[in-house]
Formats: sequence, structure tokens, C-alpha cells
Amino acid sequence: MHSLNELGKYSSLLYQALRSSTEFSTYRKNLFQELVKVGYDSVPIIVLTGVFTGSVMTLQSAYQLQSAFIPLSTIGAIVSESILIELAAVISSLVLAGKVGARVATELGTMRVSEQIDALESMGFNSVSFLVVPRVLAGILMFPVLYIVASIFGIGGGIAAGFFSGTVPPADFLQGARMYFYPWNVVFGFVKMFVFGFIITSVSCYKGYYAKGGAEGVGKSTTDATVLSCIFVLLADFILAALLL
Amino acid sequence: MIEIQNLSKSFGDLLVWENVSFRIENNETVAIIGKSGCGKSVLIKHINALLYPDSGKVLIDGSDIHALDYVEQRKKRQLFGVLFQGSALFDSINTFENVAFPLRYFTKQSEEEIRENVMQSLRYVNLEESASKQTSELSGGMRKRVGLARAIVLQPKYIMYDEPTSGLDPQTAEEINELINQMADALDITSIVVTHDMHSVLKVADKVAFLDRQTLSWFGSVDDMKHSDHKELLDFVTASEYQIKG
Ligand SMILES: Nc1ncnc2c1ncn2[C@@H]1O[C@H](COP(=O)(O)OP(=O)(O)OP(=O)(O)O)[C@@H](O)[C@H]1O
Ligand SMILES: [Mg+2]
Repeated sequence: MHSLNELGKYSSLLYQALRSSTEFSTYRKNLFQELVKVGYDSVPIIVLTGVFTGSVMTLQSAYQLQSAFIPLSTIGAIVSESILIELAAVISSLVLAGKVGARVATELGTMRVSEQIDALESMGFNSVSFLVVPRVLAGILMFPVLYIVASIFGIGGGIAAGFFSGTVPPADFLQGARMYFYPWNVVFGFVKMFVFGFIITSVSCYKGYYAKGGAEGVGKSTTDATVLSCIFVLLADFILAALLL
Repeated sequence: MIEIQNLSKSFGDLLVWENVSFRIENNETVAIIGKSGCGKSVLIKHINALLYPDSGKVLIDGSDIHALDYVEQRKKRQLFGVLFQGSALFDSINTFENVAFPLRYFTKQSEEEIRENVMQSLRYVNLEESASKQTSELSGGMRKRVGLARAIVLQPKYIMYDEPTSGLDPQTAEEINELINQMADALDITSIVVTHDMHSVLKVADKVAFLDRQTLSWFGSVDDMKHSDHKELLDFVTASEYQIKG
């Protein structure tokens, strides 16, 4: 019952956002700021996660597949395919649920409990299109870009780890990666990131927008936002895999 | 003119107040008083439709603000300047930009005109020198005054103050009271002042609305209040007088 109620409020917030998107041109400046905060500001953490994911996967696969009968290029194939299909999207999104989701929920939550949202509304602003629309749009637009970054640095990290540990020469790695490269995997990754970007930003906006009860309430809505974002990202990942693969 | 007719509101099981009716004439200053938690802030949030009542109406210049379509409702909202209880300044921008904020979005003024208007509002509240300060560097009293400058910058017809003097030292509180009077006289503004500070009521108000026991318990002029024999109202007023006299 309670969660049905929440779902109702969440959908109604999205509906308001959709309905007011025509006014959105007034608030273009906000979108630009959000693109920077969601996209550009997340690049370092995404690079870091990408490099480590790729290199750890390479080292582990090399260890698990130690055998004369398996060509080294297989490792390149496994690592790059896993990164493109799953890891670049899901691991990045879980990290971004913490980074972007928490920021969005805290920002909006603070604005709610300090009556800044009421102030916006009372001046005649549409607070949903002013605050929610640019954040959700930025998520939808920037997550796929971050996917590219995560993939490049993931595969790059894999190549580097193979080279420096002396387990897989770059040429073999790349040969395997190329052999099993299907453009469809990349499309799938994009679709996922598009969906995850929407989930994380919209859930966090929702939790922040309806925060109540002072600083403690903001803390709670931030925690809820990141936890729910993670759960829904994992669920959506499963559903998309079942539907599209 | 603002007419409040039979307004009732509850949050879930919690009844805030019911059957509240009174009228605010143009150029009048009405104080809404009552104990903490009696629903004063909730009441003024109904007047500009930030909240919706369970039943009853609020008529702003004759039209029911809760029944208006979105665009019309927002036009009505812009007749109001609001000073929120915690000032509600936007913390991502500085003092000047806070006051300039409504001008940037709702007028086509040039940068120069904006600067002029903002500085004029800030001069009104004696904060010209603080224009470039971040809002986090301001004291509570300064924040209230910036909130006030922001509330008047679009030259509203009505202005609502939510506890403008609470948490301030007596001298700053007095300055704010004088500002409220000044706005009412010089700018022909109709004012609604939410407060539990009786000193402030006597200083600024023409009429008083007393919220008690989940309804509007008393409404009348300040003079009538002084001679009223309404028990709860007297208790409320004398409790504050002890505070004033120490
Ligand atoms: N959005 C809300 N949801 C649920 N309850 C609320 C909400 N806003 C206010 N209330 C409740 O309504 C009652 C009246 O609150 P309100 O803020 O109007 O009091 P107040 O008279 O302004 O008090 P104070 O003088 O302390 O500011 C309180 O019990 C409060 O808990
Ligand atoms: Mg209040």
C-alpha cells in the first residue's frame, strides 16, 4: 500500500515534468549546468572504475584460464565483451548512483526543507520543470557518454594489465577483442545507460523533491535515493537482458 | 482583497484547523497569531496556493485561487511577495543574484535596469554593501532582510511575512517592524504578518486573526483586541506581555 502510494507520487512527478517540458526552454541554463555536473564532473571516477574493472578482469581471467590449449586472445575477447555488454554500464551506474544520485537528492532535499522550493513556486516558477527536468535530461544524455568513457578505459586497463603482468600481449588481447566485437553489444550498452541514467536521476529527484523533516530528513532521502537507484538499476539490468538478449 | 471562506485543512489524521473565514482589505495589515504549531504557516501557504484545502475557498481579488488553471494561478501568485520563516534564500547564488532572481526570469529588463532595481531593494533594507556576499556569510537578521528585498523587488500587491522577527535581537526586530510599516505606507502593500510576537503585532497590525483550538478563534481590530474579554486571546496576549516586561 505504502509503496503503491509512492509509485503514484513518483509517476505524477514524472507526468508533471513531461507536461511542463514546453516551458523548459526558459530554463536552458540549468540544463547546461547539469550536463557539466552529471557528465564532465563524473569523468574522473568513471575513468578510475573503468581502468580497475578492466585490469582486474584481465588478471583474473588470465589466472583462471591458465592453459596451453586456450589461446591468449580469448582473454581479450572475454574481457572486452563483458565490459561492453555489462560492466561498463552496470558498475559505472552503481558508482554514479552514489555520486550523481546522492548529489541530486541532497540538493533538492535541502531546497525542499529550507523552503527554497516553496519560494520558487511562490515567485511563479514551475519548480518541477526548473529543477527536475534538467537533471533527468542530463542523466539521459550524459550516461551514454560516460559509458563510452568507461568502455574505452576499461578495455585500455585490460590491455595495460595484460601487458605489465606479462600474461597477455596487447596484440593478442586486441585480436580477441576484435574477433568478438559485435556492434549490437554497444547498442545494448547505450540502451542500458539511457535507462539507468533516467532511473538514477528521476528516483533521486523524486526522493529529494519530497524530502521532509529538516537535515535528518534530507539524510534519509539521500540514503533512500542511492539505495533505491541501485536496486532499480539492477532490476532494470535484468529485465533488459531478458528482453533484448 | 483577500477573502478566506470556511477553509479547512488536515494532514492525514491531523486536523490543522477548520472553518476559518476572514477578509483582508486592500492596504490593510493583518497579523495572524497563535501558538507554535497551530497552523499559521500552513494558512498563508493556502493563500498563494502552495497548499490545497480540504474544503473552503480563498478568493484573491474575487477569484478562487485554488480553482484557477495553472497559468492564471501563477499570475495570481506573482501578486504576492513572500518572506519565508527561514528566509529561503537560494544558497547556490549570492545576495545580489537572489534579489535579481525573479527579475531575470519574469521581466525583460536589461542588465542595467536589473542592477538598479536590485540595489534599490537592497538599499531599502540597508544591505547595499552586502550585495556581493554569499548567502552563507549572512547573519539570520541579514538573511531576513535579503528575503525581504527579494520579496519586494517585483513590486507585489500583497506581501506575506512568516515570523519576520523571530530569532532576532530586539533592535533588529524593531528595524524589521519599521520596514514592514514602511512597505505598507510607501508602497501601498497589503500585508499579512504571521507572528507570535505581540510587540510586533501592536506595532504593525491593523487587524488580528487568532488561531486557537483548530480554528479561527478570534478576528478583529487591534483596538478591539485590547478590550476583548476572549479568554484564550487574553491569555495569549498577557503571556507575551510578561515576556516584554520581563
Ligand atoms: N507538509 C506537511 N505535512 C504534514 N504535516 C504538516 C505539514 N506542514 C505542516 N504540518 C503540520 O501542521 C501543523 C501546523 O504547522 P505550521 O507550520 O503551520 O505551524 P505554525 O503555526 O507555523 O508554527 P510555528 O509558529 O512553530 O512556525 C503542525 O502540526 C505541523 O506538523
Ligand atoms: Mg510557522
